[in-house]
Amino acid sequence: MTWATVLAAGVLAYALKLAGYVVPASWVEGERRSRVVTLLPVALLSGLVAVQTLVGDGGGLVLDARLVALGAAVVLLVLRANFLVVVAGAALVAGLLRAAGGG
Amino acid sequence: MTAAAEAPLPVQRRREVVRQGLWVGLATGAYGISFGALSVAAGLSVAQTQVLSLLLFSGGSQFAVVGVLGAGGSPVAAVATSTLLGVRNGLYALRTSRFLGVDGVRRLLAAHVTIDESTAVGTAQAEGPAQRLGFWVTGLTVFSGWNLMTLAGALVGNALGDPRTYGLDAAAAAAFAALLWPRLRDGDAAATAVLAVAVALLASPVLPAGLPVVLAGLAAVAVGLRPGRRPEPAP
Repeated sequence: MTWATVLAAGVLAYALKLAGYVVPASWVEGERRSRVVTLLPVALLSGLVAVQTLVGDGGGLVLDARLVALGAAVVLLVLRANFLVVVAGAALVAGLLRAAGGG
Repeated sequence: MTAAAEAPLPVQRRREVVRQGLWVGLATGAYGISFGALSVAAGLSVAQTQVLSLLLFSGGSQFAVVGVLGAGGSPVAAVATSTLLGVRNGLYALRTSRFLGVDGVRRLLAAHVTIDESTAVGTAQAEGPAQRLGFWVTGLTVFSGWNLMTLAGALVGNALGDPRTYGLDAAAAAAFAALLWPRLRDGDAAATAVLAVAVALLASPVLPAGLPVVLAGLAAVAVGLRPGRRPEPAP
């Protein structure tokens, strides 16, 4: 049964990925539809960052080290820090806060 | 396609894009250890754990499968949650397919590595060749790192401990934020991001995992389909 679950989840995941590559071009043509498709990753990744930063295991909103770390990342971005500094800086802030018992 | 007309990427830009892809890949790989260990602890075999990383290859969905099964949930619930979390990959593909311009076997391969990380690095680039390079380097680095680390975690357990101890969860969010950042100078993109954050946060307490992020995709529809801001020419 576990094998069936593993294989079904895998096949469905791949089918979803492939679906985006084989939709008829006419579905996503035109100025406005084209704009939607261009903006889609922005919307999905922004939503993902919000969930990764503020949503707890049960689905409720939780304020903890993750939000402080993202705040640090934004400050570094405003200061035009390079990509690696932003990523490592956020990890460092979250790690230090947690080591200090700050969630 | 305009690919043939595009200038090749300067060495400096190539290095920059490749470095981004490699760092994102390495940070994600560390999570593979944790997935491998967790999956075996949830009762899956090493082979089943590895097939999840090879075939399903989408972190959130994989954690969902072993999480639901480990908690005694039904196989149907495990597959449903995993699939819900995978919907966004299909939506990413609508965008990545445009700059990849792939066919045949390459398209099948591109589909497999269409995930958060490869899309984020690819779409963060301005020029076509950089978009393609970023997508492929990130996708293939994450795939290799994730699978090797899954095996390590499944075989020897989680030697590193919880990746959150090192702030790796915050590193992932910061990487996505950094990749989105330059695009937010554009008014439409900024409006989309703000709306998407609001939708995801409002939906999270009431909808099952996976759906809030998919719903956030509606922000792109709302902003993209809105009529042009230029005033209509006078009749």
